[in-house]
This record gives sequence, C-alpha cells and structure tokens, in this order.
Amino acid sequence: MRRANSDPGAARFLLIALLFAFVLFFLVFPVCVVVYEALRGGFALYFSALTADHSVSAIRLTLLVALAVVPLNTIFGVCAAWAVTHFKFRGKALLISLIEIPLWVSPVIGGLIFALIFGRQGFLGPWLDAHDIQIMFAYPAIVLATAFVTFPFVARGLIPLMQSQGSAEEEAALTLGANGWQLFWRVTFPKIKWGILYGMILCNARAMGEFGAVSVVAGSVDDRITMPLQIEQYFLNFGLQQAFALASLLLLLSALTLAIKIALEWRHLAPNIVHRH
Amino acid sequence: MSVAVSHISKQFETRGQRAVAALRDVSLEVQTGELLALLGPSGSGKTTLLRIIAGLEIPDAGQVTFVGEDVTEKSAYERKAGFVFQAYALFQHMTVFENIAFGLRVLPAKKRPKADAIVKRVTELLQLIQLEGYEKRLPSQLSGGQRQRVALARALAIEPRVLLLDEPFGALDAKVRKDLRKWLRHFHDQTHLTSLFVTHDQDEAFELADRVVIFNEGRIQQIGSVAELRENPVNDFVREFLEV
Repeated sequence: MRRANSDPGAARFLLIALLFAFVLFFLVFPVCVVVYEALRGGFALYFSALTADHSVSAIRLTLLVALAVVPLNTIFGVCAAWAVTHFKFRGKALLISLIEIPLWVSPVIGGLIFALIFGRQGFLGPWLDAHDIQIMFAYPAIVLATAFVTFPFVARGLIPLMQSQGSAEEEAALTLGANGWQLFWRVTFPKIKWGILYGMILCNARAMGEFGAVSVVAGSVDDRITMPLQIEQYFLNFGLQQAFALASLLLLLSALTLAIKIALEWRHLAPNIVHRH
Repeated sequence: MSVAVSHISKQFETRGQRAVAALRDVSLEVQTGELLALLGPSGSGKTTLLRIIAGLEIPDAGQVTFVGEDVTEKSAYERKAGFVFQAYALFQHMTVFENIAFGLRVLPAKKRPKADAIVKRVTELLQLIQLEGYEKRLPSQLSGGQRQRVALARALAIEPRVLLLDEPFGALDAKVRKDLRKWLRHFHDQTHLTSLFVTHDQDEAFELADRVVIFNEGRIQQIGSVAELRENPVNDFVREFLEV
C-alpha cells in the first residue's frame, strides 16, 4: 500500500510549489520591499529619517509603552497561571477562556472600551476633567489599550506549562516549611523562567507593533504617537522613505523576536507544551 | 500518643456528579516511635488521610494533633511533617545536596543553621542514605532507589515529629524494593521516628510495620498487629483482603 506522503509526484510538487509561492509573495516579498525602500536613498538618508524628531519621539514613546506593558502583563500572567494551576475554584474554565478575549476581539474595540471609560463623554471623563487628569490621548491610555491587546500572552503560555509540571514539587516545598514567597522563587520560578521569558518576548513584539487599539486612544498629536502610528503619518504625508525606514525598525524587532522564540523553543521548552497563537 | 486524627471526614466534588466521600469519620492514633502501615486497595482513601495529616488537604470535619498539639488549623508549612511523595517530587533543578538542604535553607533567619552546619547535616544524611559523593548530581542522574533515599533524607533534614510515606516503594523494581524495605526497617529500629506509610501491598505492610490499619471505602476496617488481623478478622472484607 502506498502511504499518503508518497502520493503521485505531480500533486505533491504542486502543493509544495504553491506553499513556497504563497510564503514568498505574502511574507518574504513585503519584507524585501520594506528594506529596499528604506535603504534606496542610501544610508545617510536612512539614518536621517530615523533621527528625525517625529521618528525619535515615536521610538521613545513605543519603548516607554513596552516598558510599562510588558512587566504589567508578566505579573498578571504569572499570577493568573499560578491561580489556575494551584487552586481549585468554580469558574476556572470560564476564567481561562476570558483571558483569551483579546486574542479574538478586534483591537479597535479594545481601544474603544477605554475611550468610552475615560473619554470626555465617557463614564469617568467628567470626573477626570474636573480633576485635571489626562488619560485619553496620552501615555496612560496608550498603555492601557496596549495592555488590553497583549493581556493573554504570558498567561496563555504559562498555564499549559505549569499544568504539565503539576504541583508535586510545590507540595514538597510546603511540607519542608517553605512559605509562599520561598516556594515561588526557589521552586516554581526556576521551572517557569524560560516560559515567562517566552511570553514576555511575544508580549513585547505585539506591544510595540500594536496599531488598532492605540490609534483609537492616541489621537493624532504628533509627539504622542507610537511607531506604528508614526509610520502611517509619514505614509499619509508622502514621507514614503521615512515610513519605510521606521518600518524597517519594527521588522528588525520581529526578526529578533522570531530568533529568540526559536532559540527558546529549541533549548528550553518542550514543543508540545508551548502554546501557539 | 504522638500523632492522632479524630473523626476526620472528607468529600471530593467531581464535576456533574454527587460528592464522593473519600474519608468517613476516621479516627486513628499513631503511637510514639511506632511504624504504622495504612493498607488498602487503591482509591480507599489512605493517601488522602496521609495528605490531611501533612496539611496538604483540608478535611471537612475532624481534628489532627501532633504530640498533643492541635494542628488542624495549621498549614502544611507550619506542621512540617516529613513527607515522602510517591513519585519523590524532588526539585529537578537542584542538586542532591540542595534538595536535602532545602528545608534548612528556608528556615527563618533566626533558626537557620550557619552554612557549615548545613554542610555537616547534609553530609550526615548522605552517609545515612549511603549516597556520599552524589551531592552534586541532579535527580535526573539518579536511579529510582537513589531518588527515593534522597527524598527520605530531604524529609529527615528538618527533624520532623512524624514521617509520612506515600507508597514509598511503589515505583521501584522488586530487588531494590526488598533492599530498601530492609533498610527502612533498620533505620526505624535505630531512630524510632514515629512513621506512617501507605501501601496497597500486604507483604510490605506486614514485613515492615508494627501495626497495620486496614482501610476500605474511606473507613478504617481494623487495626492490629499481623497476628491479630490474621486470627481475628472483624469482617468479610478484612478476611478476604488478607486471603488474596
């Protein structure tokens, strides 16, 4: 009997060729275009595009947002994974599903939620106005919207990892007199540190690249927009070369993320327990 | 009386089903210096009782006392019962030395021994379990019998008031099991540490224990020495269980 993978050569060739064509057209070609367009005017122009005031402030804001969002969601993710794997409680399955909401909700909706809460006509808007607290169209709103979108990344990776490890070592540590803090840092953390790093890398990549949610809450003030929004601004204002220069930075980030992700999966995490988005 | 449980009940909820009683009104005393076996078929609730004594499971009702002190409300890390887990539960990322030293390192600063005292204590324990020279190995580099002994040394390092062993020889092959059984009996004869172990193997229970508790369906059926149980089984279950 012939096995499935030794089916007639033509179909096999066609499918593999199709796959390659697909990957080339949709993934490799755009990357090449971005790099080519960014560098077409030479390195001097490339660097001047990256060091332009708008670019610098966008890069700065993006880094500041990631700096707040990644730790926030890491702490949340570890707490959530801990609670889900070590405690028995009602509604656990529901909670695990709820954590995933940002993965299937359009990011624009994430942004809108915060606009509805903190905006001028929003729920808390008048109170914030009265106390002169600026959340919308400023750093806090961008952080909140980005945090919403990247909320599940650390937790979703850690939950299956920690479930597969069980809690036997934690129970042993308890009977040996370890308190909660010692238990976490001495027993649990060493087992999950690579899983945490993995989630942080993915969370960071998504946080820096987020467009939809941030575009709702960031407004259009030039010095208060992140890299993806600045790329759009450049693009709309015929600053094509600058747009591609800034885009190449985001691409570099993606390439780095991919490299670290592969290295982590290969070195430290069994492939079957790493969650794939 | 060293360790006692009185009127312990525990139910487990299974989704979509009625609650299953794991333990029903169980009372038991382990005498000081005694080696007691909890013997029963799997699912009879004996491991649950052991976990309740250690504080890893909370009973629905009843009381646990250690040397006269009521520890029912105390958490596992305050009770510090020496617990040897069925699958050992060694810390995979720590060396043998660090595994054994763990219980000493997590002591509050005031009670924690100095570094050289920890080395001395761990070295003594390594001698006791005949694993000198293995301190730098990781658990994954040990055989089953060696892991079992490290788990035991780790539990003994905190000088527990009671030693609890959950199916201590379950995962070992016949030869190693026999040797370790002898070793444990010998160890107990020397230290007289109050010990309670769970097993489903009656040879093991009868060879090792001073007294045996026969367990079934969450209830104690009978407690006694081997001879007492064989001569006067209280009910059909005990009689049939011992005949098999």
